[in-house]
Amino acid sequence: MSDRTPAGTGWFAGLERGDLDGARDAIETGSADSPADWPARAVETGFADTDEEYYAALREAAIAAAGEAAAERERADDRQAIHAVRAMDDADRVANELAERVAEWAASREAEAGTGVEHCRELVEADDRVAALAERVVDLDREARELETSVERTVRSVAPNLAALAGPTLAARLLALAGGLESLARTSSSTVQVLGAEDALFAHLRGSAPSPKHGVIYTHEYVRGTHPDDRGSAARALAGKLTIAARIDHYAGDRRPDLARELDERIARIRARRDDADGDHDTDSTADERGDDDAA
Amino acid sequence: MTLPEGIASREIDGEERLATRGTAVYGEPVDGGWRAWDVRRSKLGAMLDAGMDTGLAGDDHVLYLGAASGTTASHVADFARVVYAVEFASRPMGDLVEVAESRATLVPLLKNAHNPETYAHVVEGDLDAIVQDVATRGQARVACANREFLAEDGRLLAAIKARSEDVTADPESVFDAALDELRGTYEVLDTRRLAHHADHLAVVARPR
Ligand SMILES: C[S@@+](CC[C@H](N)C(=O)[O-])C[C@H]1O[C@@H](n2cnc3c(N)ncnc32)[C@H](O)[C@@H]1O
Repeated sequence: MSDRTPAGTGWFAGLERGDLDGARDAIETGSADSPADWPARAVETGFADTDEEYYAALREAAIAAAGEAAAERERADDRQAIHAVRAMDDADRVANELAERVAEWAASREAEAGTGVEHCRELVEADDRVAALAERVVDLDREARELETSVERTVRSVAPNLAALAGPTLAARLLALAGGLESLARTSSSTVQVLGAEDALFAHLRGSAPSPKHGVIYTHEYVRGTHPDDRGSAARALAGKLTIAARIDHYAGDRRPDLARELDERIARIRARRDDADGDHDTDSTADERGDDDAA
Repeated sequence: MTLPEGIASREIDGEERLATRGTAVYGEPVDGGWRAWDVRRSKLGAMLDAGMDTGLAGDDHVLYLGAASGTTASHVADFARVVYAVEFASRPMGDLVEVAESRATLVPLLKNAHNPETYAHVVEGDLDAIVQDVATRGQARVACANREFLAEDGRLLAAIKARSEDVTADPESVFDAALDELRGTYEVLDTRRLAHHADHLAVVARPR
């Protein structure tokens, strides 16, 4: 076998047994032109006393390398989702601003009644610019939708449970506001509830405003579509489940379809309470203020 | 066909099933230390179940390409001496690492099977078998590129998925093209369409 052994060294070359960082690095970044009888080489060179010892050391280092590299890549993926959702919001905002400008410009042009060839020429000139601008608006809007598709794809793979509960776009916004999946997973549910409402929260802390009941999760149908008096409860229930979803996505990674069902039931109960209490309003506003859904 | 050492046909939950000895991985039933090998979810399981001669004997040295979260690789690790499990997607790799933590024979590698030089410093040569289930374009190319890991009488056990190469082409012509490409590097010993795995061709081959 060793007569077929190429010039080249195994991952363990130059390593001390027990140097896990070095071993992990060597596995991740090393290479060889061709394989060899590495277990025998490792024993020959004194890296390991037996095959068993060699395999045990290799497996330990490979688990460390693969686990770490996989986690790192996922972190990189959540950064991609964050960039994409920010770019999408920028594209949307700029498209809307430009669209207003175009409308204003076009309206002013129609009101104006100039005369003469020169003026017409100007109008045509101006008209072209307006039309070109309008075209840009359409392009930007198309790009925003492409970005949305890309956000959806990335978020569904990075944070499948969070995406299932929040919808991919809101999930990406939460990731962006928290600064990544890992930080979102470490965030308490009461903070998740007001992510994106930082201005209102600081005003509240300064004593100049009531505490905000919801931040960006307001865009979720379960908050927006709930009676205003019950939105605090709905926001708290939603934030609780979203927090759990983010933690499962970060720490476990498997799909938990039960979460969505539990959330559906919770929201249905909150809304039913309103139907029961109709005409008899104030009774459960105190329940709203209790932090009974905190996932932390 | 006798089964490799470490794989048994056992009655589990009132049904005769292939099984290996190990801790459960994907919710499969376990009976007296034997875990059922779900051949509907595993192409290698289906190959063994169909009685194909895989050349596996037990205690084998194996390179597994496309290990995903380890459904099949875990069973192989139950009877093999060592399984080098290559997977390039980070999400299934997280699961595979967990499976490796409970199996002394499983070595997970986050690598691309198209680039064997990135793991040739880890994976030993003279292997008994390469199990391949990558389900991406260029499946024959992957098999040829990894031939250098096999012993002269080692076996390539590959599942070729037609739709991964060309969704529009007729599967038979995709399989023919893949086999042609393989024959440059391997001698094809057996091929079989598998029950439960429509759109796949199972191939047993040995290096030329
Ligand atoms: C059909 S799945 C494998 C299922 C697995 N063999 C089982 O039975 O448990 C195919 C896997 O191959 C992986 N894959 C595809 N191309 C690859 C490549 N070039 N290198 C490494 N892994 C690859 C995919 O990420 C996917 O997880």
